[in-house]
Amino acid sequence: MQPVKFIIGGVLILAAVGLGFYSFSVTRQTAEYFMTVDELIAEGQTVVGKNIRISGAVIGDTIEYDAQSLTLKFTVAHVTGDNDEIEAQGGLAEVLHTAVTDPTRNHIDVVYEGVMPDLLRDEAQAIMTGTLHVDGTFYAEELLLKCPTRYEEAVPGQVEQASR
Amino acid sequence: MIADFGYGILVVTFLLSLYSVGAAVLGALNKSTAIVESARRAMLLTWPLLTLSSLALIYLLVNNHYEVEFVYQVTSRSMPTYLKITALWGGQSGSLVFWSWLMSAFASLVTLRKWDRDREFLPWVIAVASLTMAFFLAMNVLFENPFARFWQTAAGVEAYTFKPANALPFAPQDGRGLNPLLRHIGMVIHPPMLYLGFVSFVIPYAFAIAALITGRTDDRWIRLTRRWTLWAWLFLALGLVLGGRWAYDVLGWGGYWGWDPVEVAAFIPWLIGTAFLHSVMIQEKRGMFKQWNMFLIVLTYCAVIYGTFVTRSGLLSSVHAFAQSAIGPMFAVYLSLISIGSVALIIWRWGDLSSDIELKSVFSRESLFLINNFLFLTLAFICYLGMNFPLVAEIITNQRVTVGPIWYERITAPLFAALMFLMGVAPLSAWGNSTLRTLGRAIWKPAVVSLGITTVLFFTYTRNAIALTGFFLVSFVILVSLYEYWRGARARQTSQGENFFVAFWKLTARNPRRYGGYFVHISMMLMAIGILGIELFQVETQGTVQVDQSINLGGYTVKYKDIAQFPGPDGRQVTRAVVSVYQGDQYISELHPRIDYYFESQQSMTIPGQRPTLKDDLYILLVAWEPVSTAGATFKIFVNPLINWLWIGSILFSAGILIAALIPDRSRAAVREKKSVQVAQTSAAD
Repeated sequence: MQPVKFIIGGVLILAAVGLGFYSFSVTRQTAEYFMTVDELIAEGQTVVGKNIRISGAVIGDTIEYDAQSLTLKFTVAHVTGDNDEIEAQGGLAEVLHTAVTDPTRNHIDVVYEGVMPDLLRDEAQAIMTGTLHVDGTFYAEELLLKCPTRYEEAVPGQVEQASR
Repeated sequence: MIADFGYGILVVTFLLSLYSVGAAVLGALNKSTAIVESARRAMLLTWPLLTLSSLALIYLLVNNHYEVEFVYQVTSRSMPTYLKITALWGGQSGSLVFWSWLMSAFASLVTLRKWDRDREFLPWVIAVASLTMAFFLAMNVLFENPFARFWQTAAGVEAYTFKPANALPFAPQDGRGLNPLLRHIGMVIHPPMLYLGFVSFVIPYAFAIAALITGRTDDRWIRLTRRWTLWAWLFLALGLVLGGRWAYDVLGWGGYWGWDPVEVAAFIPWLIGTAFLHSVMIQEKRGMFKQWNMFLIVLTYCAVIYGTFVTRSGLLSSVHAFAQSAIGPMFAVYLSLISIGSVALIIWRWGDLSSDIELKSVFSRESLFLINNFLFLTLAFICYLGMNFPLVAEIITNQRVTVGPIWYERITAPLFAALMFLMGVAPLSAWGNSTLRTLGRAIWKPAVVSLGITTVLFFTYTRNAIALTGFFLVSFVILVSLYEYWRGARARQTSQGENFFVAFWKLTARNPRRYGGYFVHISMMLMAIGILGIELFQVETQGTVQVDQSINLGGYTVKYKDIAQFPGPDGRQVTRAVVSVYQGDQYISELHPRIDYYFESQQSMTIPGQRPTLKDDLYILLVAWEPVSTAGATFKIFVNPLINWLWIGSILFSAGILIAALIPDRSRAAVREKKSVQVAQTSAAD
């Protein structure tokens, strides 16, 4: 018998189990669900209040910005979240362009409080983290924009991050 | 011409390092000193060759040879020369060349040392180092040639190593230039530091493998590589801190660490390396944990390769990742072969690595070190899980889920707290036997004083429970470390009759690793103060103001005075605001937050106006502006309490490591080792 080994082992196992449960609950509270606009609309009320990350194509005409209250509103159109699919459809720029010009796509309204990012323009890809409200508006807490340009590979070049 | 030359050298070096691996293994198996010597010379030749190849690439970078794809990607005419040189590690293929260059330099340094009684290690160390180098060179030679040039074919312009049929050379007028965000002194030094750390860890790994293969599994390999481990740890830590400082100064979100996958990937080797650094001490002092240490160094090496892979493969999307490339699968294959091979070796030598000394007491130093190791490994595992969370979750739940900074913070916080507690307790515990009573007798004084400090903070500074726990642990660790210094110095004072300062200095010089270590612990606690401050007490606000209007935050008043726009160096347009800062009614300083717009890449960079003090850092960002007459300018303001302790602590820990690494170890264990060597030599002479 080696009691010391067993004591340490026992304590470590208990600690590991405790940490496991703790991590599990933290994960449930803080995990962000990746969704597309289509998925978000399909899930609807069931995901209200959860942390969600969605990506969509910014429709330029819908951008409204109130510099006094720093409130930014815009609408995004559905784009696929699958990288292979994006490649197959001719790259990000092409996919975003199609999304914005296709009126049959699902749209979702976004509200963001903060300074308007420079990269927010028509046919930019917006990657947002936030929550869906009961009225179907997405309240973004974090807004990340990608503009496919010839600087594509020069990440972090085309990525702009803003957060509240 | 130069490009072909550079590529040719890479190919030759690649073949040479393969030869070196083969010759080293063959020489070791046949016990032929001549063949091993040939392997050693081949290895020594790689450094001058890679230097030539790097110089060729630097020549192309500096002289605007935009027909070379890599040069086109990372430089442009408007960049100053020093940035063109450092653009060597500004892109994937160049940074791989740089990696190999560092690797060859370190491997050469190792093979040049006196090997006398460690001769049996030599071939295997060469083999492992050369294999690592061959792998990185293979990446360059086969997939990521930094010397590939543009060729105009019927299909369009593309970069090839060799001229395709019917192609014409193509040379763009100007390059795309290094991303403006990367044009910062922190970014110039940060990658080399990380790489130095990564590469230094290869050396202890090479020795560990040599020890496993030769069966010389005592602590010799650990003693030989002690310094390498310390340097590796220091460079990695500096690399991480510099990255943080860069983010703080340049990215303009008021933070220094965002748990970005690439940051995490560089953090993992540091965590495992820290566990290794502590655990080898137990093997040296007590001859225990041999299997464990082998396992740790293998894990560290894998984490290093994995870290390089993640930064370079585009496996995980992050702000750091370079473009997607073919090298991902190669890294995966190499990593699995290496880990399977290393673990097989450990299992093969399992019996030799076992120790007859058992853990005697739960409160002994070695037990506490063991717990420290588990904590570090758990942290590393959590980091690994976090960065791969989307992959794991998609496999298990078929849902795309990711985790962010809050997840990491919440899960790692209790583990870091436990580590801090251990940092306070472990120095007071004894090797071998230590009981709760002896430990309690040593602990109660610093614990009571820390409690006193915490109480004072409760009434004067904060009532936040997490902060108070943190500050309690910080003061506990600092007090224990100081107490250890003081106790040692007092003992010398009475026994040697030295005055306190002489005693203090001699104490450190006699046992540099121990007291250097305490120094590092204290510095880490200063960093913890900074982290607690910014994480728990950061306040921010934003607002649009007219000239002479002001914004208030955290006791500061920021008054907008003026804005001006003018052309700056290397092709940028600077928009610079002038704000006056008041504390209460008292004017304290003028700050200049600005936005630099780079025409060439159509990118802007936000440089904060900062006013650092020990109490806090006022951090002002100019986020948007209109010509003075109309709408005014929008500012985002942060007050980051205590953050500067983070940077102070990080400068100090370097000092601690320098003490531990540079002062020769004259502690009893080291002296004993030296004596046993002499005995061994005399008996061999008989």
